[in-house]
Amino acid sequence: MSGVSKHLRHAAVGAAALAAFGIGASANAETNLAGKTIQWTIPFSETGGSAKWANFFAPLLGQALPGSPKVVVRFMPGAGSTKGANWFQKQKNGDGTVMFGSSGSTQFPYLLGDPRVRYEYKDWKPVMATGTGGVAYLPAKLGGKFDGSANKLKGEKFIYGSQGATRLDLVPILAWKMLGLNVEPVFGIKSRGAGRLMFERGEANIDYQTSSAYLKSVVPLVKDGKAVPMMTWGSLDSAGNIVRDPTFPDIPTFKEVCGKTDGCKASGEQWDAWKAFFIAGFPVQKIAFLPKGTSQEVVDTLTAGFAKVKGRADFEKISAKRLGKYPMFVGKDAQAALARATSVPDSAKAFVKKWLKADYGVELK
Amino acid sequence: MDILGTVLPALGDAFGLILQPGVLMFLALGVVMGLAVGVFPGLGGIAGLSLVLPFIFGMDTVSGLALMVGMVAVVPTSDTFASVLMGIPGSSASQATVLDGFPLAQKGEAARALAAAFASSLFGGLVGALFLTFFILVARPIVLAFGLPEMLMITIFGLSMVAVLAGRVPLKGLAAAGLGLLVGTIGEADAGGSLRMATYDIAYLTDGLKLVIVGLGIFAVPEIITLLRQDQSIAKGAALGAGWFDGVKDWWRNKMLSVRCAVIGVIVGVIPGLGGSVVDWIAYGHTVQTTKDKSGFGSGEIRGIIGPESSNNAKEGGGLVPTLIFGIPGSGSMAVFIGAVALLGSGDLEVGPQMLSANYLDITYSIVWLLALANVVGTALCIGLSPTIARLTTIRFTLLAPFLFMLISFAAFQSGQNLADLVALFSIGLLGIFLRRFDWSRPAFLIGFVLSNPAETFANQAYQVAASKFREGMASGLEYLFGPIVIVLIVITAISIYFGIRQAKVIMAEGEVESGGKRAPVIFMALVGIYFAASFYNASLISDRLITDKIFPMFVASVGMICVAIMLVMMARRPATDTIFADRESHGGDTSPVHGLWPTLAWFGFLLILTSLVGFILALLVFLLAFMRIRAGLSWTKAGIYTVCSIAFMMFMAWVLNREFPPGLLQHFLELPWPLT
Repeated sequence: MSGVSKHLRHAAVGAAALAAFGIGASANAETNLAGKTIQWTIPFSETGGSAKWANFFAPLLGQALPGSPKVVVRFMPGAGSTKGANWFQKQKNGDGTVMFGSSGSTQFPYLLGDPRVRYEYKDWKPVMATGTGGVAYLPAKLGGKFDGSANKLKGEKFIYGSQGATRLDLVPILAWKMLGLNVEPVFGIKSRGAGRLMFERGEANIDYQTSSAYLKSVVPLVKDGKAVPMMTWGSLDSAGNIVRDPTFPDIPTFKEVCGKTDGCKASGEQWDAWKAFFIAGFPVQKIAFLPKGTSQEVVDTLTAGFAKVKGRADFEKISAKRLGKYPMFVGKDAQAALARATSVPDSAKAFVKKWLKADYGVELK
Repeated sequence: MDILGTVLPALGDAFGLILQPGVLMFLALGVVMGLAVGVFPGLGGIAGLSLVLPFIFGMDTVSGLALMVGMVAVVPTSDTFASVLMGIPGSSASQATVLDGFPLAQKGEAARALAAAFASSLFGGLVGALFLTFFILVARPIVLAFGLPEMLMITIFGLSMVAVLAGRVPLKGLAAAGLGLLVGTIGEADAGGSLRMATYDIAYLTDGLKLVIVGLGIFAVPEIITLLRQDQSIAKGAALGAGWFDGVKDWWRNKMLSVRCAVIGVIVGVIPGLGGSVVDWIAYGHTVQTTKDKSGFGSGEIRGIIGPESSNNAKEGGGLVPTLIFGIPGSGSMAVFIGAVALLGSGDLEVGPQMLSANYLDITYSIVWLLALANVVGTALCIGLSPTIARLTTIRFTLLAPFLFMLISFAAFQSGQNLADLVALFSIGLLGIFLRRFDWSRPAFLIGFVLSNPAETFANQAYQVAASKFREGMASGLEYLFGPIVIVLIVITAISIYFGIRQAKVIMAEGEVESGGKRAPVIFMALVGIYFAASFYNASLISDRLITDKIFPMFVASVGMICVAIMLVMMARRPATDTIFADRESHGGDTSPVHGLWPTLAWFGFLLILTSLVGFILALLVFLLAFMRIRAGLSWTKAGIYTVCSIAFMMFMAWVLNREFPPGLLQHFLELPWPLT
């Protein structure tokens, strides 16, 4: 009964079984975490994308760390993730047993100066980051009017099921506005999945999904002729330019569509603001952190652990299936990714705040 | 779909997958864990699933599904224990069970009530699975037919159950529901993020109050306090009457009711976004309306248990439909389930439309029938246990109460991991005590609270989409708003309200209440009126740009104010013996208590204050010891043993479920090892 023995083996994460296989001592000084429990706090509920992300990495990380500690995921939802992030800011336990996972929804309030934010990204030690992409799509009828530019769509009236203008939805809503589309967001949708259901019911007639959700749930609609892809948000190359998303090489980027659409400019204040928030929300969406004041030795240990996960022969295969084909950054790359995600110019912040207030009456005070 | 060519072989394959010793073993393991978690009020399937998640990774697909489904399936079965025995709604699925289940326990018929509930659960689960086997094939267009107007109408239909449960003064029931709706709007608005009756200075309130806390506060705290004041056992005279066999016979006599409620459960469970919160109330309303002699409801009518319990297990089956074929969770535990499925096996399995394709149909059917099988195993265990567990009702309640305080405090703390959770529980509990005392319908309040968020968001969103359709043309707007499903629901709702109001006077959902004395009921009425007015004013301050955030609370508050105003006029004109002045304390308390309300409540307050100072475990140590010695009059030795056992139990549960305890001021200054943290 292989199922049982496999089960038991996983039950023993943290016990000797795996340690016996010997995770070779590396040249760097490493902290042995045998017998310890790493609490990985996720500032969202058990049901969200971040939960899925952390639940995927936790057992793999446990196996990869010296001493095979137990890695448990803990959930602390509240105030759109600011509650958990504020809690993490106060943590001083830098022995590697306290870890935190932030998401785009934690980055945005920080960037927009939400009054509830009491945390400072610069204090934290990133050990791993992953990104994603996004695809906007249209119903078949309207898709016919899309010719690589949005010119023929300008007379249409669009409804979009949105979770809120200050969330990740800021990126698509601003993009559509720049294209001159008349999109009315219906706020208060509970998840992007619920937004897609609105689209399927014909109540919404424009939508976007992150890469993995698009692959899973929208591609079948495209095959059935019910939806047509419009554009991706793109992907960042090493020089920081927006290029085609490698997961969707055949779908044009927003930048390309903007270039072909009358009145849309891929430069200037508006564009810079969009790009800054896109980078904060998508290519570097989720980051794993150790608290302020953690010693370099512990940071190195955790970094090496994640690097080992990334280096698994089967990693590409299992992560693509469970999380989508996201880029994964470890160590210095994670540091660089964090810098990109949180360095939004003040002008971009000011622009977005002004726009949110003017168009939706939303004020962050 | 080709029934003979695809469905039957898939069903056969599914049974082949399930009926293997290894799979059945995991199913049994899941069931046992689910029962253990479900008994805890407030810790439902999510807590259980989080418990097994670390082991799911890479597990064989069918075994993993068996483990998880086994757990999810039986939570609505085992939470019946708390509902019936203690009057504590274990989860949103068993709120209505409290109404008649608890009075039966008080009559000494707990075993009968439990057995009827379990038989109904089992039957509901099986009917649900059978229905689902065929329904799932045609479900996709039906689920897509439920747009925003349809969901809004279902929500309104759920709210119309208030009519049945309003109590003797319909306006009072309406005001109670209005109060529930308003309490449900506290915090950040979903649409524009405006704050309602909250401030950023009290961060806790911005997230709104959680159902666990409101459910425990409104039902559990008042019941515990009342029982504690009598210093007796739950079953009057500590005698047990009818046993479990009678309960099964009761169910058999009402099997058609059970079938109907199971079908209601599946259908309502299928609608994503609404999930389980209304199912049991709709089933309860249906049960009341189809029962000839309505006088027994609220004081131990067995049909009042059979209806909701038949529906709530069937609902889990219905909830699988949006989960499996759209990848959209019907409930919180389903959301965790979706995430966990992706960790199983080689990771190929992804819930979504492909679950209905010929490749995966066998897996889909395995899930449906694992659910049914889990119900059978779980129910057998529960019925077997019920005569023993029913004996709890013969224990002197004073010995049970501190243990229950401990459990509900712990459960409440898990919802927000904040000391404020305990303050909220205490405050809502106080409100519950007054609602009970002055005979304001607590079920109506809870229905209002549960449906507040769906009512507001669906109304706002349906309005927005409809406005855009009307801009396309009158016809397409009307077609959108008044589809066939909406019209049918409007008719059903109208009938249900009409009969509900006519019958409400007969149904004492919470027993008979005496009247007498004007002052206290008038003061409470006025306070509720003031809260309505304050909410109205508070919402009116929100900018008109964010009209979607203010319109709903202002509307509800207006209706509430009108109700209160009319009732105040009625109070001025009627004599003090009128039903509107219902007051359980008017003749020295309705249940001849030996202790006063305030000294009893003070014990609970004592635990709360002590926790805020020295943390939960140390506070329990002092509280349990003091309570057992002083209030219960035990010897120091016995009080000590009681305390040690209770705390050991608490620590064991928290350790297994990997949960924290509320910290106090002491922990702020001193770093203490677990469990004192």
